[in-house]
Amino acid sequence: MAEIAQLLINGILLGSILALGAVGATMIFGVLRFAHFAHGDFMAIGAYFALTVVTVFNLPVLAALPVAMLMTAGLAVGIDQVVYRRIRRVQPVILLISSFATALVLRSLIQMIWGSSNQVYQTGIQMPWRIGPLTLKPDHLLIFAAAAILVFLVHLFLTHTRMGKAMRAMSDNMDLALITGIPADRVIMWTWAIGGALAAAAGVLLGMDTRLHPVMGWTLLLPIFAATILGGIGRPYGAIVGGLVIGCAMELSTLIIPGAYKPAVAFAIMVATLIVRPQGIIRGSL
Amino acid sequence: MDWLSLLAYSVFFLNLVGIYAVLVLGLNMQWGMTGQFNIGVAGFFAVGAYTSAILTTGPSDDWLGGFDLPFLAGLVGAVIVTIPIAWVIGRITARLRTDYLAIATIGIAEIIRLFFLNEGWLSNGTRGIPGIDTPFNVGNAGYLLIVTLFVAGTYWLVEIAQRSPWGRVLRAIRDNEAATAAAGKDVARFRLEAFVVGSCIMALGGGLYAHFVGFISPEAFRPLYGTFLVWVMLIAGGSGNNRGVLLGALVVWIIWSSTEILAGLMPTALIGSESAFRIFLIGVLLQIILVSRPQGLLPEKRPRMPGAGR
Amino acid sequence: MSLIKADGLYAGYGGVDILRGTHLRVEADEIVVIVGPNGAGKSTAMKALFGLVPIRQGQVEYMGEVITHQPAERMANRGIAYVPQESNVFPSLSVLENLELGAYAVPGDLASRLEKVFAIFPKLQERRQQPAGLMSGGERQMVAMGRALMINPHLLMLDEPTAGLSPRLIDETISRIQDINQLGIGVLMVEQNARQALAIANRGYVLATGENRYEDSGPALLANPEVAEMFLGG
Repeated sequence: MAEIAQLLINGILLGSILALGAVGATMIFGVLRFAHFAHGDFMAIGAYFALTVVTVFNLPVLAALPVAMLMTAGLAVGIDQVVYRRIRRVQPVILLISSFATALVLRSLIQMIWGSSNQVYQTGIQMPWRIGPLTLKPDHLLIFAAAAILVFLVHLFLTHTRMGKAMRAMSDNMDLALITGIPADRVIMWTWAIGGALAAAAGVLLGMDTRLHPVMGWTLLLPIFAATILGGIGRPYGAIVGGLVIGCAMELSTLIIPGAYKPAVAFAIMVATLIVRPQGIIRGSL
Repeated sequence: MDWLSLLAYSVFFLNLVGIYAVLVLGLNMQWGMTGQFNIGVAGFFAVGAYTSAILTTGPSDDWLGGFDLPFLAGLVGAVIVTIPIAWVIGRITARLRTDYLAIATIGIAEIIRLFFLNEGWLSNGTRGIPGIDTPFNVGNAGYLLIVTLFVAGTYWLVEIAQRSPWGRVLRAIRDNEAATAAAGKDVARFRLEAFVVGSCIMALGGGLYAHFVGFISPEAFRPLYGTFLVWVMLIAGGSGNNRGVLLGALVVWIIWSSTEILAGLMPTALIGSESAFRIFLIGVLLQIILVSRPQGLLPEKRPRMPGAGR
Repeated sequence: MSLIKADGLYAGYGGVDILRGTHLRVEADEIVVIVGPNGAGKSTAMKALFGLVPIRQGQVEYMGEVITHQPAERMANRGIAYVPQESNVFPSLSVLENLELGAYAVPGDLASRLEKVFAIFPKLQERRQQPAGLMSGGERQMVAMGRALMINPHLLMLDEPTAGLSPRLIDETISRIQDINQLGIGVLMVEQNARQALAIANRGYVLATGENRYEDSGPALLANPEVAEMFLGG
């Protein structure tokens, strides 16, 4: 019983990180209509941006977080302007391959600039709290709180700002958005900025929880896509639920199958969703 | 560099070009002919390689060895094992739209890789399977002959398939699925068939690879080597076009090898890791191709229909 | 100067002309209706004016400005609003949000514009928090039209606004369109329910196979026996 509770805690933690990544991915998926394979690597580069800020300016990680988010947002918009924008006008299908190439370019850049060995934000071991048979690191609370705050901010953005609503509109019905006179290019830029920023946040939190490694983002890409599909493409709230469900499923699965197959669990849920209910499990419109 | 080493290097290099050419021909059957976006090439590559390795190596405590079958049996086995796997995967992914198909196939490829990584009793995990022999122990030059034969044979088969009634239906499906379905063709079945055949060809490539390199491990089937390079070859050569595919395989391997030379010339302080730099270069190269000339080097020329003017 | 005028239009998808030399015009304050059998190109004509269908030949002029090849995204801030027949709301957004987005292209005093729309469609005010996707067909039609009105358009284009509605709702919709027209907004609409549409129309066009067949005032077209026989059916 305690084992299950512990796994659930780990699952919620992993789930919060996945949720953060999935919200960004689903917005990109919804507005731009393609699965962005470099999303995981945006997470990674965000984490590494934060690492540089931490080591150069001697700041705590959470202070570096907004800087990393800003930098990654800029990077995402830049890549779209230089590469994706030209391709999507001509051949939308090629975008997938291009995003794959972007993923590799980012990953190799990380290796070239920061090296391929594992790195951490702060050395030393944190003393975990013990609550009965359960173990919780203080960092876990920070991660969960940070994720919750960011998700709430995204919610405010999507429901209370003109641009946020425009983004939801474009995700809902692209043609009608154009007819209504919503400026597609500007909405797309904002989508990349927010998607990139959220990915960076997820990456930093992941780095806090585990460690930094050039393939850290790629490893989570599949679970993030699974969360996106589970929650319904273009549905940010669905993505949050999806992330938490997938996170918990992955952790709980270790009760019956070897831990190495955790991504397979996420994948199985995703395939099941695609076959049984492709529009996602979240009922209703949001 | 003296002529002998240059020759030896070329032989080595051409072997790999040939093996990858087979892989790309398989991918072309899926993407070029039916528009199925399979980013999981590495998966079938791995299945083919491992199956062939397991069937042809001697007994061992570290992996499922001991069959000691000859070279051709290994290849045939690779293809046969792939058929049901590809069939199941094809059925699952049959109705998926492009993006979902991409995600699903990459998921499958990763899981296959995880499988070979973890089921050590079968594959010896990260340590891999060594000692995979070439038939009659020929050297690289002899093997090149074998590879060339297989490339030629596969090319010939694929070309025939394309011009056959079966191939024409596939083309019709790719160009206008709705109309073809309305004409009464079972679209799902044709796509599945193309998917399975393409996957079997990839497995064949995997088998050829295993015997050439002599040693395989999950490392060789990471997305970069297993899938990405193959896609770059397909795009560079011109999708849908088998001749372009061969050209693409050659050109991309030349470029890939050149990146090694280029990386060697760069000061380490600047680029950190040579291998990372090479990946960086080829990623940037692909982006440039995609932005400027996505139709590739040899854009598709549709085979002449009997009676058509053109 | 007409509100909108099109001459000699040849337009269609994929190189195939659906419109063959079509012409039409709408004067400010008019209600103009396009009717005709299925496949006549009625919707295509309106879409061509709005920049949703490529025009191969011909010219479109709006308030004196040539807008022939302008894309649909630029129409809203010229004061042209278009309501498609299907898929005409943002389903996951609330009624209020749908309306707010309608005003996106022309920022400014939102409150008074919302008031005007609610005055025409009071039900929308009642249901303003409801997600548009959960509404009935008739209610969605109201949201769609309300959304279009939010830019204070000079010209409102409606593609089969009464399609799929019950007879009572059809009557209501028709009278709403008259109310909208009373506000000084020109209306161009394509309709399958030709009788009721022509009854309120200042002028009407009958199209068949992409060509103009008849053009007259609404009541005159209704009274025309040839038109009645060939195109009005029931």
